[in-house]
Amino acid sequence: MSGNTKILISDLYLSIGKHEILKNINVEIPENKITVLLGPSGCGKTTLLKTLNRLTDLYDDVKINGSIILDKDDILHTKSDITWIRQKMGLLSQRPYPLPMSIYGNVSYGLKIKGIKKKKILDEKVEHYLKEVNLWEEVRERLHHPASDLSIGQQQRLCLARGLAVDPEIILADEPTSALDPLSSQSIEEMFMILKKDYTLVVVTHILRQAKRIADHVVFMYLGEVVEQGPADEFFTSPKMERTKAYLKGAFN
Amino acid sequence: MKGIPEMYKKAEEIFFRILMIISTVSIAAVLLMIIFSILYNGLPSLSWEMISQTPKGGFYFGKEGGILNAIIGSVYLSVCSTILALLIGLPVAMYMNVFMIRHKKSLNSIRFFLDILWGIPSIVYGAFGFVIMIYFGLKTSLLAGIITVTLFIIPIMVRSMDEVLKTVPSGLLESALSLGSTKTEISFKVFLRQCIPGIVTAILLSFGRAIGDAASVLFTTGYTDSIPESLSDPAATLPLAIFFQLGSPVEEVRQRAFASAAVLTFIILLISISARLLSSKFNRNKIKF
Ligand SMILES: Nc1ncnc2c1ncn2[C@@H]1O[C@H](COP(=O)(O)OP(=O)(O)OP(=O)(O)O)[C@@H](O)[C@H]1O
Ligand SMILES: [Mg+2]
Repeated sequence: MSGNTKILISDLYLSIGKHEILKNINVEIPENKITVLLGPSGCGKTTLLKTLNRLTDLYDDVKINGSIILDKDDILHTKSDITWIRQKMGLLSQRPYPLPMSIYGNVSYGLKIKGIKKKKILDEKVEHYLKEVNLWEEVRERLHHPASDLSIGQQQRLCLARGLAVDPEIILADEPTSALDPLSSQSIEEMFMILKKDYTLVVVTHILRQAKRIADHVVFMYLGEVVEQGPADEFFTSPKMERTKAYLKGAFN
Repeated sequence: MKGIPEMYKKAEEIFFRILMIISTVSIAAVLLMIIFSILYNGLPSLSWEMISQTPKGGFYFGKEGGILNAIIGSVYLSVCSTILALLIGLPVAMYMNVFMIRHKKSLNSIRFFLDILWGIPSIVYGAFGFVIMIYFGLKTSLLAGIITVTLFIIPIMVRSMDEVLKTVPSGLLESALSLGSTKTEISFKVFLRQCIPGIVTAILLSFGRAIGDAASVLFTTGYTDSIPESLSDPAATLPLAIFFQLGSPVEEVRQRAFASAAVLTFIILLISISARLLSSKFNRNKIKF
């Protein structure tokens, strides 16, 4: 594999109550590439993604073992502030969750809590990030309208812009297009292809064709375990494991 | 073959439609009747004198003067205790829904406990307040009343805010966390904004209970014909004024009870409407999930 490893997950186990959800996960996530987490429903993709920015802290009765190394620091046992680590990772969820404020307020929210107060800088950044997600032309006239006025597709792009504005290094996306129409989905995919120049992306999807279109690196999971992982072209053309072959043939769906 | 189930469905639809209309109409009718009877009996005795003067000749036998003492006492008491309960209750409700989110079991016990406190009759709070007063050597006063009423409405405040905050989807919390906000920031910048209308409702509910309750202030606030000048003075309240006036042997005084009730209703109406207007201003940013 060319390039650097951005996140290294080793021997990760996660259980909620008595229920083991992730088992023996060992994954390398390459820098400036799109890593796709693939697998049938309920195999633990969302859980793995949330473990990366410790949203699993919100779960009741959760036990996590192993390590997740990001920038030489183990996220799971870090001494530094978790909010600071979370800022390194933007999250795009299955459906958009805009904050209950204006469009402008959404994009500037992260900047403001980082301590940027100058209106001129905020204005510039808001414009910049809205342009980056191709939303600027649609909303420039109504920046101070509530974000809930936007369509779902626009909201999802707004959430991406809002995430980018805090200047993360990694973008975590959990089935980011599943609530969107084909055109909005396509535009999100296209954005990902551009964003990977500057960011490391981890994308969960259950759409095989989408995975083929965008993936550089694929991690295939089944029942909480990683079955197979590798560069996308290898994975799709010559899978090694029987399970993977079956999945690619559509045996699970 | 298809005919019978379809007819059945239609009949069911009509039946429930009628049922709903009947219940809606009867609730509205009862409400209107209450308001009508208060106004019908109260308006004749309601005068400027009534709301601008303190009683003359005692609250029991006095036909002269007004109930300004009770109006002011009630407003002091309910506003102060609502503010106190809000200052205590909002952080508690936020803590439960933002910080304690992973402790489902403890949350359930807290909710259960608060529901019990909500259900305890106010006379018990009154008695409890009375015991505390004696313990600290306080006499019946505005302060003792405020403390008692605050204790009485805190469960109402917390639980009704909690019910609203509970509706915030966890995805919103997760999104806000992944933007790098702390939980305190999330409480006041995200949850509060999202829930303003519901929080206003919770405040109104608590205020309504605070201003309308007689039993909790009976032993603690006392009753007096004069306007309280400090926290340690006893104070009159509208519900007690109504209570005493209704118990009077003098017909005119009994009539004045309805006027007092009209004033009480009017205050609650005024506060409700202005709070609604205020909250709708903040409502536009709410995300509909
Ligand atoms: N908070 C939770 N408490 C208990 N079990 C959970 C919790 N969240 C997820 N699980 C369980 O963990 C397993 C993995 O769930 P996860 O959401 O990670 O799957 P997924 O691969 O994202 O599925 P999908 O493709 O349907 O989104 C499932 O069996 C689910 O029931
Ligand atoms: Mg999922």
